[in-house]
Amino acid sequence: MPLEHALLLAGALFAIGLAGVLARRNLFFILMSIEIMLNAAGLAFVTAGAHWGGPDGQVMFIFILAVAAAEVAVGLALLLRFYHARRTVDADAADRLRG
Amino acid sequence: MQALLALIPALPLAGFLILALFGGRLGRRGVSIVGVGSVGASALVAILAAIGFLTAPPAGGALTQRLWTWWSVGGLAPGIAFTLDPLAIVFTLVVTVVGFLIHLYSIEYLAGDDGYARFFACMNLFVSSMLILVLADNLPLLYLGWEGVGLCSYLLIGFWYRDPANGRAARKAFLVTRIGDTAMAIGLFLLFRHLGTLQIAEVMNRATTAWPVGAPLATAAALLLLGGAIGKSAQLPLQTWLPDAMAGPTPVSALIHAATMVTAGVYLIARTHALFLLSPAAMTVVALVGALTLLLAGCSALVQTDIKRVLAYSTISQIGYMFLALGVGAWSAAILHFMTHAFFKALLFLGAGAVILALHHEQEIARMGGLRRSLPVVFWTFLIGGASLAALPLVTSGFYSKDAILWAAWNAPHGGRVLWAAGLAGALLTALYTFRLIFRVFFGEERTTVTHRPTWVIALPLVVLAGLATIGGFVETPHTLGGVTLFSRFLQGTFGVAGGHAEAVGAGHGAELALQILAAIVSLGGVWLAYRLFLRRPETLARWRGARAGAALRRFWLGGWGFDELYDRVLVRPFEWTARVSRGDFIDSFYTGLARTLGGLHGALAATQNGRVRFYVAGIAIGAILAIAIMVFT
Repeated sequence: MPLEHALLLAGALFAIGLAGVLARRNLFFILMSIEIMLNAAGLAFVTAGAHWGGPDGQVMFIFILAVAAAEVAVGLALLLRFYHARRTVDADAADRLRG
Repeated sequence: MQALLALIPALPLAGFLILALFGGRLGRRGVSIVGVGSVGASALVAILAAIGFLTAPPAGGALTQRLWTWWSVGGLAPGIAFTLDPLAIVFTLVVTVVGFLIHLYSIEYLAGDDGYARFFACMNLFVSSMLILVLADNLPLLYLGWEGVGLCSYLLIGFWYRDPANGRAARKAFLVTRIGDTAMAIGLFLLFRHLGTLQIAEVMNRATTAWPVGAPLATAAALLLLGGAIGKSAQLPLQTWLPDAMAGPTPVSALIHAATMVTAGVYLIARTHALFLLSPAAMTVVALVGALTLLLAGCSALVQTDIKRVLAYSTISQIGYMFLALGVGAWSAAILHFMTHAFFKALLFLGAGAVILALHHEQEIARMGGLRRSLPVVFWTFLIGGASLAALPLVTSGFYSKDAILWAAWNAPHGGRVLWAAGLAGALLTALYTFRLIFRVFFGEERTTVTHRPTWVIALPLVVLAGLATIGGFVETPHTLGGVTLFSRFLQGTFGVAGGHAEAVGAGHGAELALQILAAIVSLGGVWLAYRLFLRRPETLARWRGARAGAALRRFWLGGWGFDELYDRVLVRPFEWTARVSRGDFIDSFYTGLARTLGGLHGALAATQNGRVRFYVAGIAIGAILAIAIMVFT
């Protein structure tokens, strides 16, 4: 499998995730889209590591897994607090920092 | 005794500081105690100082207390220093005692007002500034008090600041007196430039030795100081602020008219009399200004419909008498009239305030009447004050002071007869407008019901002032009536032997007696005329008013001889026009353009701060894409 294909897949995943973050208003879906973006980055690391036969890509992916787990834990907690405070999960409802 | 001198202005100043800083936390009772107590204590100290001065006259005729040097620049080192001489004693006593009575009265007058602490703070500062003015031993310190008085008048005239008209009146008072103040400041520069000092005693000494009588410089300096005096004392042509100053609460008017502010001009001229003596021309101007003002203001007082405006014009007119006396060199007569005027004018204003309060802030004479039954104390004291203002013979203080002025005017070397005639005509007008007021307000049928009866807090100052207004004149009586010269002899400490009108012997006893009888007839005639016109035969008056000339004259006098209109056309409107025209010039457009550009940029940038997370994410993504694109394509 050539490197380009895997990288294209990773890029496509990243773009999908970004599009989800930008287009979705539901905080759940925004979190999920961020997961997709993180996994796209992980995929790029792993394929690059396999391409050059080094361990670095897999090490980075394990880091990303840990960060993603932490991110989901904190993100869901925030989402819960937000829902309790606002009775909604609409990200655009949180615009109190409007200038 | 000497060490107490600084306490006289310092006590009200301390009262002001306490009220300004902690007035909100003291509560009404605390504010009253501090506000009234500070002036009362100052009055006590002043009385003590005066007794000390009289029992043990100091060497040199004056007590001086120097606290510290204010500044020292270029040979000018004025001190914060106070001097007590006979002239200062008279002013200090009047300011503190009358000021104390007015403060006491204000407790009830302002009882329901939100700005209670603010009111007493300003009043205390007012009294303190006036005391600094009269006790200052150098001209810069006097000028400090002078400006302090102007500031406080601004604050107090605009006390009820929610009504824009009051704010306008306050600004007018401040700006018009400022014109005079500027002249005075230039006068001080001139004195310092040519005499090298601003210590009052030293200035007078050097002026008399350096300049001969009639020296142009002396005339210029005297006229510039006169400009300041005219502004503060509301004399022609800067008198327009005083009637509008009635926008303030009535105790403020009483304080401005009786004790502080308007008498400052009289004090200034009396204090620098040596300089004025060097310039016969300036003296003539002073006398003419006084004579003209007293006639013009007397006519205006005759037709006013607002009880306070009548009294305001009457003050202008009475200060005109003082200027007339100063102009003919009758210093002690002017100061005597200042003193008696302070008593009876404070009394009249406080009485008018009691009437206004009783009728629930009604000031139109037309809606008053018959109050002598429902407000007996106010009526009797007001009658005493009015009688004194109208100079009813023998029993009132105003008679003695006005008689002294008229006699001095008669004996003036130049144009004395004309000045005397003006004074006599003014006396007729005074009696006429005073008793018009009394007949309209206290006689006839009742038109508005009384809603508030004064308590002792209001009655006490009225009774005390009525007593002072009656006996105040007996300190100085003419030859023909006992020849008491306590007052003028006391003031010789300031004015020298030429000060008393007792020395102005010219026409002899017979003429003096004849003039006195004439003056008495004129003032009684004024009362009788007022009785005929305003009480017995109002139809005569109605006929005059109905006539075209009468109505026009009435309108002209009501507006104060059209001075407001004149200044509006000559000064205010051209100024506003210039301001309007130059509004769009290139300097202004540059700065407004700059401001508008910055405002637009600010708006554009602020629009990006919309608080939406997704918008910020898009920003980050676009930024990242741009950064990568730059890295890839360069």
